[in-house]
Amino acid sequence: MSEITRRTALRGAAGLLAAPALVERANAQSAFDWKRFKGERVEVSLVANPRSTLLFQHHKEFEELTGIRLGAEQIPEQQHRQKFAIEFASGKPSFDVINISLHVNKRQVGGAKWCTDLRPIIADASMTAPDLDIGDFGPGSIAYSTQADGRLDTLPLDVDHFILYYNKDLLAAKNVAVPTTFDELYTAAKTLTDTSKQQFGFVGRGLRNANVVLWSSFLLGTAQRDMIDGNRRLITDTPDAIWAGQQYQRLMRECAPPGVTGFNWNECQTTFMQGRAGFWIDGVGYAAPLEDPKRSRVAGKLGYAVVPAGPAHRHSAFFCTGLGISEASARKGPAWFYIQWVLNKQNQTRMLTTGAGAPTRLSPYSSEEAISASTFPREYFTTLAESIRIARPGLPEILPVTEFRDTIGTALANTLSGADVAAELKRATDAFRPILEQSEKGA
Amino acid sequence: MSGNTATLSPAGAAIAPRRRNYARKYWMFIVPAGVVVVGVILFPWLFTLFMSTHDWKIGGGHTFVGLDNYRKLFTDERFLWSVLRTLYFTAMAVFFPMVLGVAAALIFNHKFPLRGLARTLFILPMMATPVAVALVWTMMFHPQLGVLNWLLSQFGIPPSMWVYDARTVIPTLVLVEVWHWTPLVMLIVLGGLASLPIDPYEAAKIDGASPLQSFWHITLPLLAPFIVVALIIRTIDALKAFDTIYVITQGGPGTSSETINIFLYLQGFAYYNMGYASAVVVVFFSMIVGLASLLLWTRKRVKA
Repeated sequence: MSEITRRTALRGAAGLLAAPALVERANAQSAFDWKRFKGERVEVSLVANPRSTLLFQHHKEFEELTGIRLGAEQIPEQQHRQKFAIEFASGKPSFDVINISLHVNKRQVGGAKWCTDLRPIIADASMTAPDLDIGDFGPGSIAYSTQADGRLDTLPLDVDHFILYYNKDLLAAKNVAVPTTFDELYTAAKTLTDTSKQQFGFVGRGLRNANVVLWSSFLLGTAQRDMIDGNRRLITDTPDAIWAGQQYQRLMRECAPPGVTGFNWNECQTTFMQGRAGFWIDGVGYAAPLEDPKRSRVAGKLGYAVVPAGPAHRHSAFFCTGLGISEASARKGPAWFYIQWVLNKQNQTRMLTTGAGAPTRLSPYSSEEAISASTFPREYFTTLAESIRIARPGLPEILPVTEFRDTIGTALANTLSGADVAAELKRATDAFRPILEQSEKGA
Repeated sequence: MSGNTATLSPAGAAIAPRRRNYARKYWMFIVPAGVVVVGVILFPWLFTLFMSTHDWKIGGGHTFVGLDNYRKLFTDERFLWSVLRTLYFTAMAVFFPMVLGVAAALIFNHKFPLRGLARTLFILPMMATPVAVALVWTMMFHPQLGVLNWLLSQFGIPPSMWVYDARTVIPTLVLVEVWHWTPLVMLIVLGGLASLPIDPYEAAKIDGASPLQSFWHITLPLLAPFIVVALIIRTIDALKAFDTIYVITQGGPGTSSETINIFLYLQGFAYYNMGYASAVVVVFFSMIVGLASLLLWTRKRVKA
């Protein structure tokens, strides 16, 4: 099931409770030395995104701190997923540290045991810096990193929370209030839409696959919330799923720009940046380009709010990436030192204050000094803090998640051409159900 | 060589020339090439065939399923639609560059001022990297902010959805292919035109043939082998088209531009179904070989 189950939460919580104690006890017995692997080398493979760019800017700090020589690469997300899967399957990956999208590849990596269990190394005081306080990580992100068998084979690097961006000028011009429910969002978006001026109330992902996370944002507001049930059966053609599809359809058909069915996040960002859309629901990482006055017409006029509530719940869809060490690596020590450095408080705070992403450690969010020094408005941080509080996974934790996104995403894309939501979701659910059942048997 | 000459025995008696087995002597020279062929062509092919008979997932196990992947393929609506889309896309992405390329070659074969510069400008698109080209076109296709709809609006023409609508996506992708690859056809045909003899044209002129008659009865038949070569290259290229489509639409909206290549890529590298993807490769390869053989047979007929 996509939600954090009681068992997963307990597992995460147990890890959270136990780890600091283990680290504290171990630290008391043996001193940690950042220079322990001086002169060695470590290879790191990261996904190309603002978080990795930020790390690349400060890699010299790591080399100076540890004396470890670093080889690092940044590869676009889709290609990175293929590369690491093929390299892992070959048995001799070229990297020691790997950046994994846990919402996509967690079960694949866990099932094949490609990454090493980090619990023993965390418990080893000579290997773990006192700064690495596992208790400082959000419980949701630790649950994301914990496999079904309890192995902690990654540590969470960043989380992506869906939030509601809005154009303050457009809302003020039509005296529209910031919506708190999806119904209010529709009414507000409808009011803002003026096709004669190429002005649209809403923009969001319409492209197959990418669009599923917007639909799941609506679904999270229903009583059902999730896409698979407690018995790991697909429930994407239920009345709640159809309701979410209808919300998606009416907003995108009536309030979004023509051609939105081909929009991924980048087209949405361009449209919103040019001041053509009133609202946009998407990941928190787009704040930085939107607030850049050299690139964006809405810089300084940008509003941030929590994703509106549905009829039963209010949640922010969230996604998580993590860092793991290849089981085949002969340089696990230097690799672990790199992960620790990446996840130190300074790097996590940098990620938050530069708008590169949302860190998984909680302390940066309460660092008044860092937040005050940031160029982002306070509203950004309060929205993020509130989104973390109501976060819930935006995709089901299943093995064929990309196939799921493609199948449901095609149905959603078809609804934007006027197809019946219930019929499309039924057809897609029937098509994907045997694939899921087959994968669950093999899992 | 000495092998064909009679030699004398120490006693001076003539003996029959000995037939030497050169194959046995020189086989070592072909070993490097043989190893390369086996390593990079034969082995991958045999391994692909092997994988296509297995339920094979990256990161998971693999079990023998016989011909199940092929059976599934021929009942998979998504695959069958991708075949139809590929044929539709290929037909247009071959026809238009061929017609325009031949026309351009005929124009550039005539002397006119700044012909060299015009030829250079014409072949520029072909030199551009497909992914870079695709990214630029993607920006131009944006329905609200793209330059193409702005240009249309200057002439009072309503905006188009280009690649953002299921009905227009394939013709729009063909437009990119035409822009990109018409120069290649032009170059091949222009090379052919340069090699044509002038005698038949002089004879035709003496006989009073019109320019159109000369073109139809002399130029076109003599040029046919070059046109067929261009046709073969263009057809195989269009069938293989992946980069442009993937960058611009990723097979969307929905699955409306999902060709066999996109389908294959998703099965193999997004869903990690390597067994099923291998079956697609085998079927697709058979299609390409069949089509190429047909075109080569046509070329032989044209030559004859």
